[in-house]
Amino acid sequence: MTMLKTLAPYEVKSRDAVENYKGKQLLYVNWERHRMFSRPFVLALPPETLFSVIIDQYMTDCFSYHPDWKQIDWNTVVWQNGNTPFTPDRNKSLKENGIGHKDLIRFRTPGLDGIAGTGY
Amino acid sequence: MDKVFPQTTYEGIKIHDWDKWEDPFRLTMDAYWKYQAEKERKLYAILDGFNQNNGHLSVTDARYINVLKLFLGSTPPLELMAARGFSMMGRQMNGAGPRVACQMQAVDEYRHFQTQIHSISNYNKYYNGMDEFAHQQSRMWYLSDGKSFFDDAITAGPFEFMVAIGFAFEYVLTNILFVPFISGAAYNGDMAAMTVGFSAQSDEARHMTLGLECIKFMLEQDPDNLPIVQRWIDKWTWRGTRKLASVGMMMDYMLPKRIMSFKEAWEMYVEENGGALFKDLARYGITIPKCFGQTIEEKEHVTHQSWIGFYMKPQATPFHTWIPTPDEMDWLSEKYPNTFDKYYRPVLEHLDAQEKAGNRFDNKTAPMNCQVCVSTMKFNEPGDPMEMCFRESIYQGEKFHTCSDHCKEIFDNEPEKYIQTFISSHQVLQGNCEPDGTDVNAADFKPGQNMLDYWKLDKRALGDFNGSEDQKNFAAWREQATKN
Repeated sequence: MTMLKTLAPYEVKSRDAVENYKGKQLLYVNWERHRMFSRPFVLALPPETLFSVIIDQYMTDCFSYHPDWKQIDWNTVVWQNGNTPFTPDRNKSLKENGIGHKDLIRFRTPGLDGIAGTGY
Repeated sequence: MDKVFPQTTYEGIKIHDWDKWEDPFRLTMDAYWKYQAEKERKLYAILDGFNQNNGHLSVTDARYINVLKLFLGSTPPLELMAARGFSMMGRQMNGAGPRVACQMQAVDEYRHFQTQIHSISNYNKYYNGMDEFAHQQSRMWYLSDGKSFFDDAITAGPFEFMVAIGFAFEYVLTNILFVPFISGAAYNGDMAAMTVGFSAQSDEARHMTLGLECIKFMLEQDPDNLPIVQRWIDKWTWRGTRKLASVGMMMDYMLPKRIMSFKEAWEMYVEENGGALFKDLARYGITIPKCFGQTIEEKEHVTHQSWIGFYMKPQATPFHTWIPTPDEMDWLSEKYPNTFDKYYRPVLEHLDAQEKAGNRFDNKTAPMNCQVCVSTMKFNEPGDPMEMCFRESIYQGEKFHTCSDHCKEIFDNEPEKYIQTFISSHQVLQGNCEPDGTDVNAADFKPGQNMLDYWKLDKRALGDFNGSEDQKNFAAWREQATKN
């Protein structure tokens, strides 16, 4: 229940509504316990984009700077969409993986906790 | 009267007798002009002397100048917003006391905006990255938090604005902005910025009293005002806290000669002084802001988290960043015994080694931001410094992400406001952040390819401090000034 008070009727639209992205949707990605990257990054991609592209292109471009990246055993990676655990299929699209506009993909790499185990 | 002053009733604040407003200063406009003119004369005499004697070469080292660049982008534009806000309050309030006080404060804020720019303009003749601060203010990713803070306040009603700026910012938090800035300038040999700070601080005392008077006035007028005022205090103390993370970063990482740590400043100005203030207000039923506990936990983390966030973007700020020297890291270990060595030193040393090996960190990705405070999502989960904190709300079927329980609560209370937030990286992806003349409908258009032009970022101002033109010029000019 909004607590907003106004002098007149006040109707506004979301500045980031999905229709503002011309067929694309926003996706955030965060590598848990690797805070050297400071915050998740954001992409705008068509929902048909294969999940493998996220890993092989966007995540690799960003995260391979970290010495832990090469150590990742992809069979043990734990994925979440927001706070919900899920298992993405590399060969399926964002949409087929149930990933919607402004979803936050978080992945955890057990045993790899950043530089000297600090979470960074 | 309600038709002439509609703003003073729609927020739900009940005022029965405007004559009960006590003006703690009883300053006439005539006396005001006289005092302020005298301050200006003294200030500009010092600025002229500093500039004519090449005062810029007397600062500790050239890294200090980056403090001024950060300050110039983030603070004077907000002083101007405060001037606009208090001009509006001078019109919206229906009582002679608050109208005159708001009008004076509006003029003060305009003065601060001008004098800050004037004092830094001399540095602009010699160093890179200062000339486009006005263009950058509404466009750069890292300035969005401050812009959002004032946009939120100024689009609220007059009483919320007074709590936001007059009370939470000016009273509870202003010392943490101005005292470290003034002392930092003095410690680092910048007499120009120091004098501007002192000149402004003498006005701040009046501003603080106005903010406090407004709180007391609302609480004394009607008991129904208490829950509204309390919610605003909770909201704005938190929004101010988030805004000040970058000030703390300046204290801990950017001042070559440090005055005190952000943690120490927080303890002195917010926990002790702020705590005492809230004790005084307890008789009206006001309780300490909800976020207080979280700010105490975060004081040992936010500056380190902020500096890493800026360090990794060497191509996206008009100021330089660097890794602290070994003795500066030792200072941080001493000041942050619970956190620095455990969480932050190893990554800074790793990044230092990478830079020395020619592989300096440059994270080219665009950030995720909090929908309310517009900070990048870089803060830790309370109680667990290794985990990131994420909160989300759903409004009209759309997800909105926030950085903390407090920002989430602010969003959930007034979602209509925050669904309009300008998040720079999202706007880039919509194609709304392009230099003039870009054809966003062209077949080969890709958004975000020309950000430096869109931001008007001077290439000489980018990158690590090591190897920068500022570093070289400062060393060469100081050598000329001190050797044959």
